[in-house]
Amino acid sequence: MKTKSMIGFAVSLSLAMVAAPSHAGSTAKDLDAKTAMIVKRDFRDKGIAKATRVNQDELQAACSKYVDKLPKKLKAKLEAKEAEAIQWPADGKYMGDWKAGEKLAQSGKGMTWKDKEEDPRGGNCYNCHQLSATEIAYGTIGPSLLHFGKERGYGEDIQRYAYARIYSAKAGNACANMPRFGHMGILTEAQMKDLVALLLDPESPVNK
Amino acid sequence: MNTNQICRAVMVLALSTSLTAVAEEKAVTDSERIEQYREMISDGNPAEFDEMRGEELWKTPAGPKNASLEQCDLGKGKGVVKGAYAEMPRYFKDTKMVQDLESRLLTCMTTLQGIPEEQITAKPFASDKKDSDISSLATYVAGQSKGMKMKVSTKHPKVKEAYEIGKRIFNYRAGPYDFACSTCHATSGVRIRMQDLPNMRSSKKDAQTAYTSWPAYRVSQGLTRSFQWRLNDCFRQQRFPEPKFASEATIALTTYLAVSANGAKYAGPGLKR
Ligand code: HEC
Ligand code: HEC
Repeated sequence: MKTKSMIGFAVSLSLAMVAAPSHAGSTAKDLDAKTAMIVKRDFRDKGIAKATRVNQDELQAACSKYVDKLPKKLKAKLEAKEAEAIQWPADGKYMGDWKAGEKLAQSGKGMTWKDKEEDPRGGNCYNCHQLSATEIAYGTIGPSLLHFGKERGYGEDIQRYAYARIYSAKAGNACANMPRFGHMGILTEAQMKDLVALLLDPESPVNK
Repeated sequence: MNTNQICRAVMVLALSTSLTAVAEEKAVTDSERIEQYREMISDGNPAEFDEMRGEELWKTPAGPKNASLEQCDLGKGKGVVKGAYAEMPRYFKDTKMVQDLESRLLTCMTTLQGIPEEQITAKPFASDKKDSDISSLATYVAGQSKGMKMKVSTKHPKVKEAYEIGKRIFNYRAGPYDFACSTCHATSGVRIRMQDLPNMRSSKKDAQTAYTSWPAYRVSQGLTRSFQWRLNDCFRQQRFPEPKFASEATIALTTYLAVSANGAKYAGPGLKR
């Protein structure tokens, strides 16, 4: 456990202990503290999914607390923080290989307790997005990305935009339902470039 | 193989054939697929075999104390099974806890039969290799509420508190993907790949249909699954660590979801892809 999460742990524990004797009719604050205590106690390590995964970072905690409807100022602050934390490709290039990107987009593998540390991770993109016209088993949690480049152009600006969205969709919308593939270290820089290419290579099936 | 097992094998075979046939066509959503299964098995759901198995387990003396579960109080008095599930989770005076069906069965199995808790919770879910007694028992008890209206009361302050905590856990984002239950279950009409996702936060109808169809026979796994299993597998997809079986966190979530289903007729044991 990192020091930060240990402090968080201790704080929520002591809050919970204060809250515990307060009987029925608990305030929202008591309930928040009790929830934190229960969540920290009732999950356990399984495979690569360690119990510490329930410890929230600032953004996760804020989105939970406000049920995804953040006060304006906090939202802007968190988005700016996410944008600042983006690590741009060292070589200044955003485009990889769309074929590798399509494979990543298809794969929903990675980071569950059934997965191994060394298993290749997927992007889960088709779980939530329509991408190429030929794949009809796509999810709809996210917007359709079909014809992404065809409709928005293929220039460097849009490449940079797509890279940023994949790295941290939360830089654009703090409580977006899309994972932060770069920020959380889910995908590598090379993999994110392959996905940018899937969206923005004129030869990619996304743009056919 | 006894007759039960043969019947189950035949049913499962018929179901899995239809599964492949459907998969070969173009993409179909879950609801379309389930409709096809329903037609195929209009005269039975393999979950019935778990109900029968559960009933036998309920009535047969077992464990170090060689007792049956017929003295188990599920909230409506000792041994009353009919309608019990439609009012759970509820507060139990003897344990001073809000309990869902599976945690209450755990209490009865340990206190009445003397079976060590660790023995039950080590592997609480069925696998290809081994049935799960507690899951079969839950399927049996739930089945005894078929057709009855869900009426989980939040009058008791502890149940109300469990509901409030469950609601918070539903929205609790964490882990490498930042997911909460709400990421997948708080928008109407969306799906993951072809799997329809019920909106259990703001659609009463979705919450009712989802909750009242569990425990359920899963065609893709050939197993009957309990509600604790359903939560466990969604936490896996959420990239969370594992929730402890029958823990307060899972009971709170179940309370939140069960209360959201109030008013609907319990329709399980169900049938799923
Ligand atoms: C769990 C769901 C989910 C997954 C998985 C997901 N996304 Fe998203 N995506 C979304 C949502 C929701 C949005 C809208 C974000 C917002 O609220 O601003 C989005 C937005 C985007 C956008 C911006 C779209 C626009 O119109 O500007 C891009 C680009 C994108 N996703 C690419 C990807 C790629 C590539 C992957 C796979 C690595 C992926 N997404 C995986 C849910 C998801
Ligand atoms: C990443 C996506 C995801 C997350 C997060 C998630 N679920 Fe699910 N859930 C699903 C999918 C997909 C199904 C459809 C079942 C299937 O066929 O696998 C489902 C099904 C369910 C069902 C049964 C619905 C029915 O009609 O049979 C319940 C109940 C449920 N989820 C509750 C939860 C709860 C509670 C949480 C949080 C602990 C949660 N889910 C988190 C994806 C998710």
